[in-house]
Amino acid sequence: MKLYIQATGNISPQNTLGQPTLPANLSEYNTNRLYSIEPDYSKLIDVKLIRRMSRIIKMGVAAALQCLQEAGVENPDAIITGTAYGCLEDTGVFLQKMVQNKEEMLTPTAFIQSTHNTIGAQIALLLKCHGYNNTFVHRGFSFESALLDAIMLLEEKTVSNVLIGGVDEITDFSFGITSRFGLFKKNINSNLNLFDTPSKGTIAGEGAAFFLLNNHPSQKDYALLDGVSTFYKPIDLEETEHHIQSFLSEQSISMNDIDLVLCGRNGDSIGDKVYDDLNERLFEQSLITNYKHLCGDYPTSTAFALWLAAGIIKSGSVPEALMKAPKNDIKRILIYNHYQKIHHSLMLVSTC
Amino acid sequence: MDKLMADLKKQIISQLNLQHITPEQIGNDQPLFVEGLGLDSIDALELIVLLQQQYNIKINNAEEGPKVFSSVRSMAEYITANQPA
Amino acid sequence: MSENVYIAGIGVISAIGSNIAETLQALENHRAGMGAITTLDTIHRERLPVAEVKFNNEILAKLTGLPATVSRTALLSMMAAQEAWEDAGVNELTGLRTGFISANTVGGMDKTEDFFSGFLENPQNGGRLRDVVHHECGSVTELVADRLGIKHLVTTVSTACSSSANSIFFGARLIKHNKLDVVIAGGADAITKFTINGFNTLQILDEQPCTPFDEHRKGLNLGEGAGYIVLVSEKLAKKLPKDCYCRLSGYSNANDAHHQTASSPDGKGSYLAMKNALKQTGLQPSDIDYINLHGTGTANNDISEGIAIQRLFDPHYPKMSSTKSFTGHTLGASGGIEAVFAALAIKHGIIYPNLRLTTKMEALPFTPEKFFLKNQQVRHVLSNSFGFGGNCSSLIFSTA
Repeated sequence: MKLYIQATGNISPQNTLGQPTLPANLSEYNTNRLYSIEPDYSKLIDVKLIRRMSRIIKMGVAAALQCLQEAGVENPDAIITGTAYGCLEDTGVFLQKMVQNKEEMLTPTAFIQSTHNTIGAQIALLLKCHGYNNTFVHRGFSFESALLDAIMLLEEKTVSNVLIGGVDEITDFSFGITSRFGLFKKNINSNLNLFDTPSKGTIAGEGAAFFLLNNHPSQKDYALLDGVSTFYKPIDLEETEHHIQSFLSEQSISMNDIDLVLCGRNGDSIGDKVYDDLNERLFEQSLITNYKHLCGDYPTSTAFALWLAAGIIKSGSVPEALMKAPKNDIKRILIYNHYQKIHHSLMLVSTC
Repeated sequence: MDKLMADLKKQIISQLNLQHITPEQIGNDQPLFVEGLGLDSIDALELIVLLQQQYNIKINNAEEGPKVFSSVRSMAEYITANQPA
Repeated sequence: MSENVYIAGIGVISAIGSNIAETLQALENHRAGMGAITTLDTIHRERLPVAEVKFNNEILAKLTGLPATVSRTALLSMMAAQEAWEDAGVNELTGLRTGFISANTVGGMDKTEDFFSGFLENPQNGGRLRDVVHHECGSVTELVADRLGIKHLVTTVSTACSSSANSIFFGARLIKHNKLDVVIAGGADAITKFTINGFNTLQILDEQPCTPFDEHRKGLNLGEGAGYIVLVSEKLAKKLPKDCYCRLSGYSNANDAHHQTASSPDGKGSYLAMKNALKQTGLQPSDIDYINLHGTGTANNDISEGIAIQRLFDPHYPKMSSTKSFTGHTLGASGGIEAVFAALAIKHGIIYPNLRLTTKMEALPFTPEKFFLKNQQVRHVLSNSFGFGGNCSSLIFSTA
């Protein structure tokens, strides 16, 4: 069955909301923490409903509504979200008050909004959408699991479209804690030069990217979503290569049929070795580019990658901002990402 | 009483993050819930804590809630009547 | 696609027992698990009863082989998943595509709480990092998947109190789509200060053992535990040395779309979930022999769920009960634990009592069961799990 990416909505550290593809002027950051560029939410969300929403909920809801608006669909048949960390800000607010007030004088709002399925639930509440609603919270597989669920739903034909998104936020608490694990680079001149001088660590990112998937074509489709696959903790490069090759053969194609590989390289010399090795072997003949210098690294960054790939397929060319010598006639893109060498995933998109 | 009601309006807006209205837009006798300001059961729980934090007043009987929180005036009257010595 | 999905193994741990045998005994003896809080240092200790698992983390660590320093949710998850896996006996068959689909609501929050006071005092060095390394919901799942040696497909669902009902039916669909041969699915949650205080701010915790579906019900008791079932394809079920418990014959999720925490007065979401699950099985409401209610004991849930049941079942009411009157509300574990109860009801022909029910709800025309019943014909069981965010899921289990 063919699955169409009918519309997208993406809030990210780049100016992407309402854009079909990457804008020519990229946002440059000289810190190791990238912030989403947030729109005037009151233009997208009823102001009466914004008051309880933390940043991640606003980002998620706004990206979802933008996506539906673009599709011209009022109410999707199903809503599926992926978020590794969930609503961290509300979680942090409630935890902090609980510790500081010694469990006294606590109010419910942060607690009820901290639930991992709040974004999907708030979208449903806004739209009065009674359809299937699910949320996956599995680290670097959160968005991919949501995609897998969406693909199965569409194949079951119990729905004809699914609103699906990947969302994660950084908060001061979460950035403080993950920094102590040594995940991020100390000195950053520019996120745009992330891959120039390999060193330990990456840059932190966040974002909310939503898609409307449909099992029927429309006039405005971006691309076909041909498949998604995950593999967990591969032992070595051979296992990784094996997974990629069997994913391609399930689609009855080989690396020769891939016009562009979009990789999850994040500037961390240890993790990037996986991509280096693949570039010398399986991807040797392929055109390769990366995306995490644009959005930073976070567990659901593959949602940003899917947005980028869908836009490239729709326009047929790689934006100049991504690749100096622009390449045209891009018909099929393989997205390969690994998150901390634990969660590896593949997505395949092609022209309709 | 007027001062108390004016304070309450500011506190309600801040506690419930009612960004779209100003204190002047809340009438002293305007219903706070449903058809009035459109507050719900979660807001009631927030307001209980507001009274506790700002006025040291504890509502122990949940059934008192709807009466106390029916309007800014009813809240002010309750605070005045139950002010700790 | 049309293939049946069977339940080959079950495992459970909760306040009423640390395995299937103990749990069955407690159910038969009307022995509930509520008591004073012992594992957490909280100001609510004297006031709020909870349904705690009777083992401390050191004992759970010994029984599971996981370190005692990991989240209690992972330890509980491992206990039940291990029991289910051994019960199914499929680990002897090699070359199977195996998945672990788990669920929880707050990940390693019990440990994050330990970390946080130190961290707030000194963000640069305060708090032990080992206490926060498994904060993510998915990380708790991976601790168990790694211990079980499962890696083909590992993921985690979190939709508040319906989480593990959703993980179970996601698992079943993975089998139907021929992506996996066998799936351990369910969920786990330990009681944490975060959840106790959160539910306390909502003023929906009963200060006495809860009384679901009673006219004078005062709220829920939090519980903890884990419940998993092993789902297998029809092909695999035929190869197994022993009979399966039952089939997962229907499932549905719908959204109430009414309020972030409260259920709608007419139970729209729960009505749709039950109705669509029934539709999938091709059964009539009168075919259902037992409903394991969501039945938290809050004023709002029970009336909303009751009205939805009335709309769908009137005038043929099956036997019903809320087993949360035994286990408390185990949040992300409840759908998994209650799926185990459904499988046992079908296998043994038993119906569980709804404890401490004294006054029938005036607004509803039916009364849940008050006694443990044996020798019943139990062919089809409907299990309800509803959560925050309007998330309503119903599962239907049928004889194999």
